[in-house]
Parts: sequence; C-alpha cells; structure tokens
Amino acid sequence: MKLIYEKSQAGRTGYTLPRHDLPRAEVPEALRRGDPPRLPELAEPELVRHFTELSTRNFGIDTGFYPLGSCTMKYNPRVNERLAALPGFRDLHPLQEEDGAQGALALMWHLQEALIEIAGLHACSLQPAAGSQGELTGLMLMRAYFAERGEDERRRKIVIPDTAHGTNPASVTMAGYELTPVKTDPRGNIDVEDLRARVDEHTAGLMLTNPSTLGLFDEHIEEIAKVFHDVGALMYYDGANLNAVCGISRPGDMGFDIVHINLHKTFSQPHGGGGPGGGPIVVRERLEPYLPAPQVIRDVDDFFLDYDRPKSIGKVRGFTGPFGVFVRSYAFIRMWGPELRCMSEIAVLNANYLLARLRDAYDLPYDRLCMHEFVVSARRLKREHGATALDVAKRLMDYGFHPPTVYFPLVVPEALMIEPTETEPKEILDEFCDAMLAIAREAADSPELLKEAPHDRPVKRLDEVRAAKRAIVRYRFEDHPDVGDGPVEPRQLEAQKGA
Amino acid sequence: MTPFVSLTERDEQAMLDAIGVASVEELFRDVPEGVRLGRELALPPALSEQEIVAHLEELAALNVPTGRELSFLGAGIYDHYVPAVVDSVLQRGELLTAYTPYQPELSQGVLQAIFEYQTAICELTGMDVSNASGYDGTTVAADACYVAKHATGRSKVVVTEATNPQVRQVVKTYAPGFALEVVEVPHRGGVTDPEEVAAAAQDAACVLFQHPNFFGCLEPAPELAAAANDAEALAVAHVDPLSLGVLEAPGRYGCALAIGEGQAAGNHQSFGGPHYGFLAAKSEFIRRMPGRIVGETVDAAGERGYVLTLQTREQHIRREKATSNITTNQTLLALGGLVYLSWLGPQGLRELGETCMALAQHAKTRLEEAGLEPTFSGKATFKEFAVRVGRNAGDAIRDARARGVHPGYALGRDYPGLDDALLVAVTEKRTPADIDRLVEVLAR
Ligand SMILES: Cc1ncc(COP(=O)(O)O)c(C=O)c1O
Repeated sequence: MKLIYEKSQAGRTGYTLPRHDLPRAEVPEALRRGDPPRLPELAEPELVRHFTELSTRNFGIDTGFYPLGSCTMKYNPRVNERLAALPGFRDLHPLQEEDGAQGALALMWHLQEALIEIAGLHACSLQPAAGSQGELTGLMLMRAYFAERGEDERRRKIVIPDTAHGTNPASVTMAGYELTPVKTDPRGNIDVEDLRARVDEHTAGLMLTNPSTLGLFDEHIEEIAKVFHDVGALMYYDGANLNAVCGISRPGDMGFDIVHINLHKTFSQPHGGGGPGGGPIVVRERLEPYLPAPQVIRDVDDFFLDYDRPKSIGKVRGFTGPFGVFVRSYAFIRMWGPELRCMSEIAVLNANYLLARLRDAYDLPYDRLCMHEFVVSARRLKREHGATALDVAKRLMDYGFHPPTVYFPLVVPEALMIEPTETEPKEILDEFCDAMLAIAREAADSPELLKEAPHDRPVKRLDEVRAAKRAIVRYRFEDHPDVGDGPVEPRQLEAQKGA
Repeated sequence: MTPFVSLTERDEQAMLDAIGVASVEELFRDVPEGVRLGRELALPPALSEQEIVAHLEELAALNVPTGRELSFLGAGIYDHYVPAVVDSVLQRGELLTAYTPYQPELSQGVLQAIFEYQTAICELTGMDVSNASGYDGTTVAADACYVAKHATGRSKVVVTEATNPQVRQVVKTYAPGFALEVVEVPHRGGVTDPEEVAAAAQDAACVLFQHPNFFGCLEPAPELAAAANDAEALAVAHVDPLSLGVLEAPGRYGCALAIGEGQAAGNHQSFGGPHYGFLAAKSEFIRRMPGRIVGETVDAAGERGYVLTLQTREQHIRREKATSNITTNQTLLALGGLVYLSWLGPQGLRELGETCMALAQHAKTRLEEAGLEPTFSGKATFKEFAVRVGRNAGDAIRDARARGVHPGYALGRDYPGLDDALLVAVTEKRTPADIDRLVEVLAR
C-alpha cells in the first residue's frame, strides 16, 4: 500500500478555511519559514479512502479476540464515545473558570471517589497520563514523604520482583532510585526469604503487581506487607492487573500505600493503537499532602481546583489529566456499579477455563489456578519441534486471533501470556482453545505451517533486525531508499511483544 | 444486569466443570482471608445506558464550553476547528480499539499511520526523527531534558521564563529524579535576551525555549539556539505546530530537538486531554529518543512493511537502563494530528497561520484603538498576545464573562507584576465581528 505522501499531487488541496478581508500580518524576515513542509496534498475523498484502507489493515478488539496478556483488551462500550463527544465535555477549555466547569469537576470528583473505594485507600490524583507515569509519580511521592522525614538520603532502594513489567525498573531509575531485584519462588510468589535478606533501613519501598504478571495472586501478601512496614518502607501497587480483583480484594486491604490504575485496561478506555490511557494514583492518607497539584475538591455542592498544596511534588502533566478518558471510565464504572465484582469474577472464570483446556498441550510453569490471566510456555514445542512462542503467535493469526503477549514475563522461557477478559463469550474461548490445540499438533506434524505463518495477512513476517539497522523512520521523498531486492529471511526479535 | 458480557448460567456451569471447581468463589482460593473486602463495593447503583447518557448530559450541561461563550482563551490549548474527517477516522474500530502494534502483521494500519505521522512531524520541525508521541506538551519537555542530560553528561537545564508555566512546572517536578538543576532565564519585555541565555548556557545540558512564547511573542529563536550551541548545550524549541507554516522550522536554525503540544493540530480541547505531545530530534540523538518509533523494513516476500523499531532503547528490553519508562502513549491523538495535517496540506497550514496572525493583529489594533495598550509593546506575535486591561485581569474576565465573552487568560496567575495583563488567543474560528464584541466588553 502506498504512503499518503506517495499519493500526494503538488497543488491539490483538501482544506477549506474562512477568509477575511484583513491586512496581512508579516513575520519578520529572520523568522520566516523557508521551504514549506512537505505535508500530503490530497482532496478529502482520497484522504478518507487512505485512512479507511489503513484501518482495514489493522486488528482491534472490534475485529476479534485479543488475549494480549497484561493489556486487558476488553470490549470498549460505544456509548462512551458518544459521551466523550458531548460538546459540554469535548469543547471545554481546561482553563475555563471553575464556575464554568462544574460538570467536569463533578465528574472527576466522583471518579476519584469511585477509584478510592475500589483501591481501598484515601485520596486520588487523576493527573498521570498512563500507568508508567503513575509509577513515576508514585515514586516521587515516596521521595517527598521520606524527604520530609529526613530519610531520603538513606532510603535509596526500591524492591522489584523479577516478574515485573519493564516500566517498573525504568521508573525507578527516572525517579533517581536504585533497583533491588527479588526472586520468584517455585509457586510463583515472591520468594519471602530472599525478600527478607534484601529489605532494610535503606529500602524506600516495593513495587508489585498483584496478581503478578504470571496471573497469580501472591499467597504471602500479608507477610510481604509486614516486611516492608516493619522497616518503615512504603508499598506501591502496579494496578495493571486490577481487572482480577475489583470488589474482591483491594490494594489498600493488601497493605499497599500507593496504587496506579490503568483506565485503559480495567476501565475500558480504548487503547487507540498505543494510547491514550490514564494512570490515576490513589494513596493512603499520609501521602495525600504530596499529591500533584491541582487537586479536585468538593465543598458541599461546589467543586474546586485546589492549587494551594505546599507539600505537593508539583505537576506531572498539563492541567488535570486526560479528561476524555475520565468520561469513558466514569461511565463504565457507573454502568457496572457495585457489580464490578462480577466483572472480575467473569474475567477470572474465563481465564481459568482457557487454562484448563490448554494445560496439557502447553507447559504450565506454576500449577495453580490463575486469576484473570495466565502464562504457559511453548518450551516443549520448541525443544521437540523447533516451534517457538513467536511461531505459535504468528500461526494464531491464521486462525483469526490476535496473539497473546509473548516472551513476558521474563522468568518463563517461551512465555505465552493469555488474558481473555470478561467480555468474551464461551464460543470464542472454545474456538481459541481449539486453535491453540491444533497449533500444538501442527508443530509436530507440519511445523512449516507455524514457521511460515501468518499466511493471509497484508504482509508476511517482517525483518525487524533490518529495520533497526537501517533506521528508516520517516519518508524521504525523492531520496527515499529502495526497500530491498526480493525475498528475505525475516529476522525477528524473540523479545517481549505485548504488555 | 451485567453489561457487555455474554456469560449464561449454562456456560458458567460448563466452564466450572471443565476447570474442576464447584463455584466461582473457589477460583479465588489463593486470596488470603485477611485481605478480602468481604462486602459489596460502596458504589452508586448500576445505571442503564439510557440513564448514564441522561446523567452525563446533565453534567455536560453544567459546563460552559467554547460555543456557549465567545472564547479567546488559549494559553496552551486552543479552540481551532477540527474537521469532520478527523473524528470519523478516529472512530474506526480497527484503529480505536487496537493495542500498541506489537504484532506487525496485524497492525500495518497503525504502524504505517505512525510512520506517516513521524514524517509529518519531521517535515514541520525540520528534524530527522520523531517518536510516535509523548503524553502532552509538558512531559515531552521533561523527556527532552533527559535526552540532553545523557547526550551531554551535564546536569543543568536552562528554561526561559517565557515558556509555558505548566511546562516549566513539569520539568521541575521531574528534575530531582533526573539529578538535574533547573535555571530560568527571565524575559525582558515579553521576549528572551540571547545574551542572558548565553551566560546561563555555560555547562548546561540544554536550553529550552518556547517560540512563539507563552505571551504569544516571537522569540529571537535563531539567536537563542546559537547561544545554546556556542556553549555546546542542546537547543530545544517548544513550538506550536500550527505556526510552522509561517515560522521557520527549528531544525533549520540550529535546534537539536523540537517538541510541543499537538492539541492545536487536530484534537478537541476536552478539558485538557487526552492530547499528544510531539518530540523530534536530529539523527544523532536517535538512540537516545524516548518512546515508540516505527521504522520501515521488508517482509519475507520482499514487500515493504512497518515495525516498532530501535527497541533496545525501551523499558521492555533495557528495563532500568531504558531511555524512558513510557509505554502507553497518545497514538490515537497523534493519528488525529496526521489526518488534520493531511487535510490542511502545506498550503492550508500556511494559510491557517496567516489567517490566525491577521485576526490576532486585527484584534490587537482594535483594542489599541479602544485605549488598551499591549503589555509588550512593539513585539511581533503569532495568534496570541497580551494586553493591559487597566485593572486586575481576573476582574476583567469576570465582567466580560457576565456578558457572554471569555476574553482570555490572566497572566498574573503565573507572572507576578503582570496583574493587569490579559492573554488573548485568536484562532481562525473567531471572526472580525467576534473581535468587535471583544473590544466592546473590554473597553471601559
Ligand atoms: C504490568 C504492567 N505494568 C505497567 C504497565 C505500564 O502501563 P502503561 O502502558 O499504562 O504506561 C503495563 C502495561 O503497559 C503493565 O502491563
């Protein structure tokens, strides 16, 4: 398919703008644009066709089953799109005076209250733009908290299990902390003995996903909480897996002090091919003074933005956060109400059903019931037939499914991390299992079916190594290099895809 | 009533049987008693679709959006027209409901779109590489400082005071974690003095300036960049994408990085988000870039295709050594930007810039005729300018709003001493008649 720039014709236009009979305002010569940017030149009909064609070359949750582990790819309610587009929300300027934004502030305040209840904590900031930014914000809160106690110099370490998502260690570095890794035990829990040896007065806190990225609830969570609280350290909950436990067990009840919630996972914000998201953080009372400014507060029936927060870490993002995301997540929560517990129950039921059907054909690294997702390994297929997790993933596309997350978490070789969510019907789960079982047989009988997959997509497997080496990251117009000459052996990275 | 799920009682029984447990409750046996909630969540009762629509329509009606008030409010987020094609493309379910394109064979649509977006941003800014988007126009500034720190090994960043206050605040919030010191260079009558920048830039990792700046004034941008370069600090320009049809691209006057808030180009105001931040750089910084980048390659048949690339920079591979922790970004909003910029084309972009400038100039002149002095006299501006309203700007705003006009932003909120200064934004959505109305409510 052509790039939009390759469809461009000099002098063709698609825009219309109002014209006024006003004197020109001149840009001083030294600041004036020289060559115009080579933006596409198309009329509107071709513009629409271009993006429609692109959409047909993409796969979303609307297209089919998308069990991308850790990403909670659930159905995104259509009504949310209508709501976010209400002119009273969509066309509201973020610096509108408070008396002209009462509806928006009320919505945010009520969303905060709901998230506080779901997290089992005391105060909420909606400002962070995504889970990763929630993590960084949470670590900044820890630093502010310890700084006020005169302990910031001493407490330099953040403990993270080896199952953690890559954002956790990356956030640790960006917050100026050091990483202390901790091992996973043979049941898939944090190794508490290893943990005890690593936690001391230099520890600022823990970052943990629970259920973990293995889809397992840590059976020793109370003991773990005690280890940290005994040395005066704080606990951070990576809320990426909250879809497993809404209304069942709350991070606050587990002992966590700071939680981020990925609104684009549990609370149905569509992920848009990479974003937007929302990463509100919810905290225990003693961390409230450090939350980003401004905070949305209520006084009887009126809502305000409170900028007067002397101990606040500052701002982590513009204004008060991604409001359009809040509209969708708030609507989603209100449509479930207290029944959110059912949402998690069905998500966990669906995952366990898949696990039960797949456990014999694939290796199960930890033989337990799972929560909302689980990880199996294709290592037997690899050892016996040379078929990797990546091959299984690509072959699933031939059956019409988006693959699970692969090669994550890192502690499981040839990992396939599968998360069905609550919105899939049993028939789809069955079709997916049938496909996974068929693929396991194909690996033995006709492994080339896996190696050459996918077969009917707009492109075949792509050479990722060449992409990184050539680093062609924009269209170069008449200087654009040729793609290459004929078929290649596509080299792919057996590295995390998903999560 | 369970919205959006398909489970029937029969399904449930069959699934429990297959799992080998008697109840759903049993699936949670690993959750210790002591950490269970043990009661229903205290949330308001569930609403039907019809009820949630009624409820949110009621809340939306309590707001005063642009359209119910004649608005000249800008200060970083602007009421530009968003063409219908943008909304309709972003509602395509295949694009709207996809995750990050980890599996390229199923994601050529989004991958190609990001590649086209990266190209558009490079064309606008005169840079060689753009990421797939950052969270917004503030966080990309912190990202740029992180790039500069590692590229130069220095630990001070210089930011001009005429840069958007929220951008400066976010940089300051991130700075301690990056072990960076932030130094601000004051403005002189609405613009920045290159000599002061030159002095501050010694030993600095970067000099970050906004152009047009927060006051709408055009900075002596090439001289600011030169001052940074003389000190071997990276010049980082924070730019309005819609200014780049009429203003020179930062890549052409010595900047190492160009960043900005993308909202003006193709996103609705939406009370501050979601929007996209853009970050583009010269090729030498490509391996220090934060965030996703899409690259071109070939498939097994030798056909062109697109993949996420240069991933050894990223958190899922480099973990604590990554160039950034960003994962989820703002792809859909950036796609909105691409559709919008493609709709405008180069000619539309220039015409739009000229239209905004002419309208803003007209507003300035008309206000001056009515006796309102510009706050920064003699300074060239783009689509926004500051004017002295002869009293506290907050009071002027209140009175104007009582007459149905939101006249702008009170600069005194961020700049002590500018209490009578009102920052007025004029987009192509305003007309000369609207400007007459503004003059009428501001003149005393
Ligand atoms: C376990 C886990 N932690 C953190 C993140 C980061 O969240 P976000 O993508 O919202 O930044 C993700 C998902 O990307 C995740 O799966």
